[in-house]
Amino acid sequence: MAEKNKYSIIIPTYNERLNIALIVYLVFKHLSDVDFEIIVVDDGSPDGTQDIVKQLQKVYGEDRILLRPRPRKLGLGTAYIHGLKHASGNFVVIMDADLSHHPKYLPRFIKKQMETGASIVTGTRYVTGGGVHGWNLMRKLTSRGANVLAQTLLWPGVSDLTGSFRLYQKSALEDIISSCVSKGYVFQMEMIVRASRKGYHIEEVPITFVDRVFGSSKLGGSEIVEYLKGLLYLLVTT
Amino acid sequence: MKQIVKILTLLLAVTAVWIGLLQTSTIPESYTWLLPLYLIVSLGCYGLLMVGVGLMNFPTCPQEALFLQQDIIEAKEFLKKKGVDVGSD
Repeated sequence: MAEKNKYSIIIPTYNERLNIALIVYLVFKHLSDVDFEIIVVDDGSPDGTQDIVKQLQKVYGEDRILLRPRPRKLGLGTAYIHGLKHASGNFVVIMDADLSHHPKYLPRFIKKQMETGASIVTGTRYVTGGGVHGWNLMRKLTSRGANVLAQTLLWPGVSDLTGSFRLYQKSALEDIISSCVSKGYVFQMEMIVRASRKGYHIEEVPITFVDRVFGSSKLGGSEIVEYLKGLLYLLVTT
Repeated sequence: MKQIVKILTLLLAVTAVWIGLLQTSTIPESYTWLLPLYLIVSLGCYGLLMVGVGLMNFPTCPQEALFLQQDIIEAKEFLKKKGVDVGSD
């Protein structure tokens, strides 16, 4: 599919011993004809995630799976910056390690990018062909409310702001990430809003999101406050 | 231009039109005074409607959870054969 392009897939992990193995298998299964590398940024997981990654390196090769650990939990944004430093591809994919993002969508991201020449392709759960599984009504309501609020106030031009399954041109990611300061999923929103303001060409592909550990997406009062603060921050800074 | 400035500019423009209407009395003044209230109510309705419609049409994918289970079984079998320790949890 791609001759010259190389894709660096950055996956931050913390206690994802089993999931990282499953993800690596699925990435190799679905990207058989693409030049790529997987960069695992592990934040000192006590469950032996790094041991599993080393075993996977023996199966798939140390040039295909890079383990770039950090001593302790240092946050999502810096995990991407850390992974980015070691990325040799001209495109970078970021995805979650918990299998809520399925690697089978990777070819669609790549195809979309090639067809449109976009700088960023972002996965969206809120259109036909996309979807979410494992959310209760409250979770859906919060997600919808948050989305309507952000769409009304920020006019971002993308339908799924807090999704974190994305393909970036490496130079675009390097440019955007340096100006982002938020944490958690507000960070994902800040990235895409800043990219949109900078005039990067952003395309979307539908993805599905399977929440396997029911209720694992913590969305308590403090998360909502963080979200509103993030929204306000983006209103005055972008 | 910062987003907040854009929104404030929009608000300012709407206010200017409203004041214009008040001054020129193209529509009865008692109606004009109620317009900001209508605006707020319709904004609220818009928000509720969007959340409601979004909730009703919330795309779900129960079949994907089943596919994923199959993928997990397949992956575990392959990795076990290759000597990767996937059995412990």
